[in-house]
Amino acid sequence: MSTENQAVIHVHRDDVGARMGMWLFLLSEFLLFGGLFLMYSVYRYNHQHDFHVAAEGMNVFLGTANTLILLTSSLTMALAIAAMQKGNKILSLTLQIITFLFGVAFLVNKFFEWRAEFRAGNYPGSPILTAKPSGQILYYGLYYTMVGLHGVHVIVGMTIIAFMIRFTIKGIINKDNYVKLENAGLYWHLVDIIWIFLFPLFYLIT
Amino acid sequence: MEENKTLTKHSPGYGIYILVWLALVTLTALTAAVAGISFGKFSIVVALIIAMVKSYLVLSEFMHLKFEMKAFRVFVVVAILFFLLLIVLLFQNYSYY
Amino acid sequence: MSNSSIALDGNGKLPSYLIDQGKHKGILAWLLSTDHKRIAILYMIGVLSFFAVGVSLGFLIRLELLTPEGTIVSAQAYNELFTLHGVIMIFIVVIPAIPGIFGNFFLPIMIGAKDVAFPRLNLLSWYLYIIGGTMILLSMVLPGGAADTGWTFYIPYSVRTGTNMVFTLSAVFILGFSSILTGMNFLTTIHRMRAPGMGWFKMPLFAWSLYATGWIQLLATPIVGITLLLVIIERVFGVGLFDPTLGGDPMLFQHMFWMYSHPAVYIIIVPAMGVISEIIPVFAHRTIFGYKFIAYSSIAIAVFGSMVWAHHMFAVGLSNNAEFIFSLLTFLVAIPSAIKVFNWTATLYKGSIELEAPMLYALAFIFLFSIGGLTGIIQGALNVDIYLTDTYFIVGHIHYVIFGGTGMALFAALHYWLPKMFGRMYNKKVAKVAFWHIFVGFNILYFPFLIMGWLGMPRRSYHYLPRFQIYHVIATVGSWVLVAGLLIMFINLLRSLRYGKIITENNIWGGESLEWKVQTPPIAENFEEIPVVTAAPYEYKENDEPVLEKEEIV
Repeated sequence: MSTENQAVIHVHRDDVGARMGMWLFLLSEFLLFGGLFLMYSVYRYNHQHDFHVAAEGMNVFLGTANTLILLTSSLTMALAIAAMQKGNKILSLTLQIITFLFGVAFLVNKFFEWRAEFRAGNYPGSPILTAKPSGQILYYGLYYTMVGLHGVHVIVGMTIIAFMIRFTIKGIINKDNYVKLENAGLYWHLVDIIWIFLFPLFYLIT
Repeated sequence: MEENKTLTKHSPGYGIYILVWLALVTLTALTAAVAGISFGKFSIVVALIIAMVKSYLVLSEFMHLKFEMKAFRVFVVVAILFFLLLIVLLFQNYSYY
Repeated sequence: MSNSSIALDGNGKLPSYLIDQGKHKGILAWLLSTDHKRIAILYMIGVLSFFAVGVSLGFLIRLELLTPEGTIVSAQAYNELFTLHGVIMIFIVVIPAIPGIFGNFFLPIMIGAKDVAFPRLNLLSWYLYIIGGTMILLSMVLPGGAADTGWTFYIPYSVRTGTNMVFTLSAVFILGFSSILTGMNFLTTIHRMRAPGMGWFKMPLFAWSLYATGWIQLLATPIVGITLLLVIIERVFGVGLFDPTLGGDPMLFQHMFWMYSHPAVYIIIVPAMGVISEIIPVFAHRTIFGYKFIAYSSIAIAVFGSMVWAHHMFAVGLSNNAEFIFSLLTFLVAIPSAIKVFNWTATLYKGSIELEAPMLYALAFIFLFSIGGLTGIIQGALNVDIYLTDTYFIVGHIHYVIFGGTGMALFAALHYWLPKMFGRMYNKKVAKVAFWHIFVGFNILYFPFLIMGWLGMPRRSYHYLPRFQIYHVIATVGSWVLVAGLLIMFINLLRSLRYGKIITENNIWGGESLEWKVQTPPIAENFEEIPVVTAAPYEYKENDEPVLEKEEIV
């Protein structure tokens, strides 16, 4: 021990610390959406009827499908970490790729949903939308912002997972050092949790 | 030092995750089904309660919160309380004209 | 122990962090460094440069207000001036100043760690900070002109004005992100990296204050982030969110803006209080009075400070219930701040006080912050506030709190820690001369604000009634004295970096916290071995048993 040179920098690894940092960051993300939920609650309180009317135009089928997609992707992510803990690299890699593909599926669904809304003339600033009562304009304003911001988070999450896939292939993530994968998982689950709240608030309040 | 504690010691089986997922899917079906029933003012409450149960499952099981140090759980509670505080105080303005 | 491969320099010391040791040399060794001490220096360069810009803008505003009619700038330029002055001073100077510079440099050393928990994120925070700051400077020169809404960006003007709002708002968003990462980094550092024996209640109070600040940064900043992002979305895509013509509620914007921006006052002031809690016991040669009260009051300020935001909105027509609750809570938030002031004065009582420059600034902090705090309580009272809202009284109050508070604490910290950071001492006499210029100039500048505000002078106004001119003239003269003092101070400090007396001892002022046990300037790894802490902080007993014993860590 004492032959170790003092000048050698101690490689101090603290996985709990790494996860703690991630959790703190996620709480910050939670309050980022929290601000939007505050707005939603106030506007909904002030325009209850308009919100109900506007929500009836939503495609509940696509919304439910996307909920199931995200829930299942959360499952595959959790399984990917468990597989890595058990040292099953191939299984973990497969599950990560499946998670990524679920992300793609979610976005494709979203694309069709938004395209339908735009074709119906419900895009921001459109003559049809601006002619509607103010509560409905606000509903659509919140819908596009909250769902859009969530979509951005899905894309960020997929980018992170893409990096994790690369790290797994290169062996940077392995049985003894998988905290990166855990943190990517935490981020992905947060995206899922946000959707768990967005889903009833926009699709199921008719 | 604490080097040994850094890796998560538990490594739960795949089964528990699939059970949690089944519960989540069931709750989703439930919330979509009861959305058709009109509880009046309470329909939003019911939807939010189901969403909270689902989030709790994801937090504690998928995100391993139940295995982490106590401090992590305190953090989450602090953030949620902070958010609730903001909502309660904000509605002092909007609900008492 | 000393068989290390690092050569000792002439004085028998290990090479300090100021000497390049990594694979990069020269400027890259700074710009790519993940050493918390070097990042602190980067922050210092950034903060002080932006401070110079902010002071110049403020100086111009005062010059313009010398006469009741417009003289040197147009009305539009005047609006841009006070907006830029506010945005720069709040978001780029005082919010990152103390955590960015002194938090980065001394937090790890104070708790006995080799670096912060996430060194690379720390560097990223600095880059985000610089990008945000540069964007605001760019908004001044790009066509369209700088934002002219005031630093509060109130709806609906901020979605209608033709100036470079998107630029400014994105800059503030990026700065917020930088602030969140810093907060997250410090929280994790304090939780995970304290040295053996460094229990929560053995931490220096500066660390406690950074802990409380970290939580506000983490939880409150995203709210303003999303709010400003929504204004950008509303401007660019025309999505109906706040704009009343699309059914939005401009008051909701104000609520969400102040949900962050009031706690931001505590992001600004709590680290400053931490600095004062460090300096007072050292120069009074006494143990701090009521350590736990000061530590808990930081947390209490963070909690109460999050619940008072709507007192900025008493004049906009809140519900009676909200007005009552927010007024009450505003009075409550004064309690933890007052606890700190009482504890500091109790520490001074019967101490053998040494009036070095840091102590002078610390005492100025207590005096000016007390005025700032008490004028705040006046406005916390509903009926008085209806009359005082949007007058110069509030402008005086904010400057007493933020400049008199955090500004003075920043100067105190510079005089207290700069010799430690660079190993050279400034000219102490000149430092005192500068102090008196700043202190006197400050009061000549800002006290008339309180008086003319009380008499009804509205804030942010380009023209004013001739009967207010005498106060404006006095204030403008005060700004000259103040700027002269600032110039003397900064020239003295800068000069010391090159020509100051070289310091060899570790403990310059007789402090008891860990940064005074390490070499001056510190070595790259802070400690040769991680210390084991055995004593409580601030123990100034009979000539001091050693506070820590070094033990080999296997």
